[in-house]
Amino acid sequence: MFPTVLEFGRNGFGDELARGALSTIIIAASSFLIGLVLGQFGAAAKLYGGPVSRLIANVYTTVIRAVPELVLILLLFFAGTRGISALGQAIGYGPVDINGTLAAILVLGFVQGAYSTEVIRGAIQAVPTGQIEAARAFGMSGSQVFFRVVLPAMLPNAIPGLANLWLVVIKDTALITVTGASAELAQMTKNAAGFTKRYFLFYFVSGCIYLAMTLISNYFLGKLEAYVRRGQPKLA
Amino acid sequence: MDWSWLPKYLPMLIQGVSITIQLLVSSMVLGLLLAIPIGLVQVTGPKWLAAIARGYCTVMRGTPLLIQLYLFYYGVGSILATVPELRQSFLWPILREGYFYAVLAFALNEAGYAGEIMRGAFLSVPKGELEAARSFGMSPWQVLRRVWLPRAVRNVLPTLGGETILTLKSTPLAALVTVVDLFGAADRVRQETYIIYPPLLLVMVIYMILTFIITRIFAAVEKQIPVRR
Repeated sequence: MFPTVLEFGRNGFGDELARGALSTIIIAASSFLIGLVLGQFGAAAKLYGGPVSRLIANVYTTVIRAVPELVLILLLFFAGTRGISALGQAIGYGPVDINGTLAAILVLGFVQGAYSTEVIRGAIQAVPTGQIEAARAFGMSGSQVFFRVVLPAMLPNAIPGLANLWLVVIKDTALITVTGASAELAQMTKNAAGFTKRYFLFYFVSGCIYLAMTLISNYFLGKLEAYVRRGQPKLA
Repeated sequence: MDWSWLPKYLPMLIQGVSITIQLLVSSMVLGLLLAIPIGLVQVTGPKWLAAIARGYCTVMRGTPLLIQLYLFYYGVGSILATVPELRQSFLWPILREGYFYAVLAFALNEAGYAGEIMRGAFLSVPKGELEAARSFGMSPWQVLRRVWLPRAVRNVLPTLGGETILTLKSTPLAALVTVVDLFGAADRVRQETYIIYPPLLLVMVIYMILTFIITRIFAAVEKQIPVRR
């Protein structure tokens, strides 16, 4: 009953799909983290920055969020790989060949950063100013205010949005196939389906793997949200 | 930057914009029409039907659109191609086109996202209004058409506007199944002339303009709704 083409080892593509799934998770997790870091800077620039940094952050989030991910990925992929290659040549390393996975992580992370910026900015803004003023009045330093008051108070506001972004980035990894430079699940599926001509089977199986990833993520994200919301009054 | 390709490819780009808009409108309309029953059965339907609708939304929202599109285009398409009767029928010229599968995949995907939105929208209509409508002697169908649906849609218009922009941003996927939409046209320029950045940048700006127009249209529609302040 179990189709031979799905077996692990030489006869099937089971191990290729498994490796692709692992690669998808690695790419998604790394770009999500890059997005978080960029989002922190973006939110800080928007909330506390001067006119110039605020303008840069606004252009960044507006442009990235208005343009299709597919177009951005292609554009940033070509621009990024060429730019780094040219940089390598300039400092005398010769043309640098950039690893497709690394390029994918950087491109997706850059896109994620724009969305994270908005989520984090909104979450910080939702923290009552009185709490921050109270913390300052206790004589806490800037970083103490952030880690002791702002961060725990904003997490319940930020986690649902960030959880959504995590689900989005898992699905966005599939778009990297347009560059043909990576070995994540969608690319592996494409290869396997093209090789065996069993398109329906492979895309169906790969859809199930993605679904499993999102469902498992949903379960843990639900737990995480319940954890950061501990101590908050329950809604009726 | 090299713009010498523009005069030659301008007609293709304009055609591409029109195809992108057609893709967007047809998949949004079909998706929303499907979303109404999907949302409704989750609120009032029998348990088994609600469970099916919920499962549908989970699957559509939990898998990449690219995989769904390929499943339809390559998967279903290659199975349909093995039916000789179908290949001779009048439907084949449609079933052969990437455009058909793109609209199918986008609409079914959109139905999953919008179904979830419509579920919340139906729940958000105050019970009293539905009871009032029923006490006027309206049939369930009349209640839905005259009161429940219009009130529900109004409540989520801003969300649906955002959803339309998200759908616009997924239309370039159609270029991966041979449709020459706006992105497909830019890709064609890249393949034929090896010029990468100018066409992609131009297309990027056009997508931003389209996004802006959509927000404007939805803002205008929202303004039409009488609200007592």
